[in-house]
Amino acid sequence: MEIKAIGCEPLQLKRVHLENSHTLKVYQDNGGYASLRKAMNMSPDAIINEVKTSALRGRGGAGFPTGMKWSFVPKDSPKQKYIVCNADESEPGTFKDRYLLELDPHALIEGMLIAAFALGSQNCYTYYRGEYNYLIDIMEEAIEEARKANLVGKNILGSDFSCEVYTHTGAGAYICGEETALLSSLEGFRGHPRMKPPFPAVEGLYASPTVVNNVETLTAVPQIIEMGGEAWRNLGTEKSGGTKLWSVSGHVKKPGVYELPMGYDDMEKFILEDCGGMWRADKKLKGVIPGGSSVYIMRADDVIGKKVLMDYEGLVAAGSLVGSGGFIVIDETVDIVDSTKNLTEFYKHESCGWCTPCREGTDWLVKIFNRIATGGGRPEDAQLILDLVDNIEGKSFCALGDAAAWAIQGAVKRFPEDFKPYLSGQKTTSVEPEAQKF
Amino acid sequence: MASAVPSEYTNQVVVTDEVATFSPEVLAEIDAHLAKYPPERKRSALIPLLLLIIQRERGYVDNAGVNFLAQKLDIQVSDVWETATFYSMINMHAVGKYHIQVCKTLSCRIMGEEKITEHICNRLGIHAGETTPDGKFTVSRVECLGSCGTAPMMQIGFDYHEDLTPEKVDRILDSLK
Repeated sequence: MEIKAIGCEPLQLKRVHLENSHTLKVYQDNGGYASLRKAMNMSPDAIINEVKTSALRGRGGAGFPTGMKWSFVPKDSPKQKYIVCNADESEPGTFKDRYLLELDPHALIEGMLIAAFALGSQNCYTYYRGEYNYLIDIMEEAIEEARKANLVGKNILGSDFSCEVYTHTGAGAYICGEETALLSSLEGFRGHPRMKPPFPAVEGLYASPTVVNNVETLTAVPQIIEMGGEAWRNLGTEKSGGTKLWSVSGHVKKPGVYELPMGYDDMEKFILEDCGGMWRADKKLKGVIPGGSSVYIMRADDVIGKKVLMDYEGLVAAGSLVGSGGFIVIDETVDIVDSTKNLTEFYKHESCGWCTPCREGTDWLVKIFNRIATGGGRPEDAQLILDLVDNIEGKSFCALGDAAAWAIQGAVKRFPEDFKPYLSGQKTTSVEPEAQKF
Repeated sequence: MASAVPSEYTNQVVVTDEVATFSPEVLAEIDAHLAKYPPERKRSALIPLLLLIIQRERGYVDNAGVNFLAQKLDIQVSDVWETATFYSMINMHAVGKYHIQVCKTLSCRIMGEEKITEHICNRLGIHAGETTPDGKFTVSRVECLGSCGTAPMMQIGFDYHEDLTPEKVDRILDSLK
């Protein structure tokens, strides 16, 4: 697996190839915690302004401007404030945070501390997905090292700023990547999303002002403080600042985590050259899911020769989304009905059950796809599926319903030739048991 | 097959008033978890304690473990069950000594997850979702584990095994005593 930067100097991946990159010594020898020192000599407003200037947008999937999110935290609130790092990386196709957490945990600690200093918080929690258990041990070690060096805990670096950093484990639930569901889970409840407003910035963890940011978002903060918001933004484009990690999987020769400047100019070149080309040289590209399973799938002819820009605006123009940057490359051997059925099973399993459109809708999607897969397809089923997802999209309590709708909608609309033989009952595929709960 | 599997591997929750007890070392570990949260927000420790303590010490989340947590965290027994039943990594009944979880989601699927699952099941003589009669292995197919660049993959217990081939799976299973 590859981990490298293309088209830019590595920033997020600056240290990952160094031996013992997870240790405090290596981190500090390579400029680590200098940004924290710099930030602690800045005013909180100046820090927030730098983050706003940088045009950093949330790297978990929603792409919300980070500086704006921070500025929603009320300054005059008498309540304790919380910084929560969302390390519940569960979007299919996404694994970038895992390598940051494994190879560069101090960057996250530094990012959280700068956020805490800027927002007047004394407690940071990192919510790990339960499966990432081994990463918690790495982080606990890093926190202890930082504590011994007076970088975490009371009176950090001799100042009157005190801040604790804690790890917390989930136990297997995609929905906990949704920030309000994550907070419910962090309080020991089922991972049900909460009504917004109030937004977490006003009433989040323990009904206190809380900022929830993705791992990659927070690890970008020390870089922004170091080089200044404007310089960081200029690495990317006007509206999509900086660099972004892409998790590349599927049918390419060199899957891996790639750091690209925002606005990298050609998706075709990225797949066919940077990622080593197609996994099997004689199999052609069929489609790409560029931002994690929840975004619209793109057809090869929307990528080849189209110079698709890889940033928030470029992907919208090309008919998809950046999402979490989970870049799944699909070759011509894949049957899109089968791959979409796989995703309907995912969304059904991960729907939290809180709201009806998502709970019932995803269940019906699986039923319809299983019927189609076993020879029971009817010509009107394509429209039936589109009507069904239309009744989920925008009607569910949180974005999980939208995610499920987009994934299925894109496939049905853009790959009619794959659906056609199923809808006349001529083609079948395998139906397997769903994921189990013990 | 089912009749050879002890009843603790089935889906029955045995209701008892028994409260689990733990060694002083484990109790200290539990207190370390509780120390992360404000004293009036002890419930925050519920999921870590279910996953990392109860499941490790008792094999699965049983009624006695739940009763213990309800007392420890000052919440109702039903509160504990409510949370426990939501999360896919929290087991309501026993799983084998080695819980093999094969990722079944898209990237693994298109990189050959089916062959890996089939190979494991054939070798162990069970279907996905079942436990071997000796209680050594449970096989399940799970949703995305965040290892898509090294697909196909599986997790055994908490350990990731990536870039799988049938031969590699054999070597891994051979190494498990």
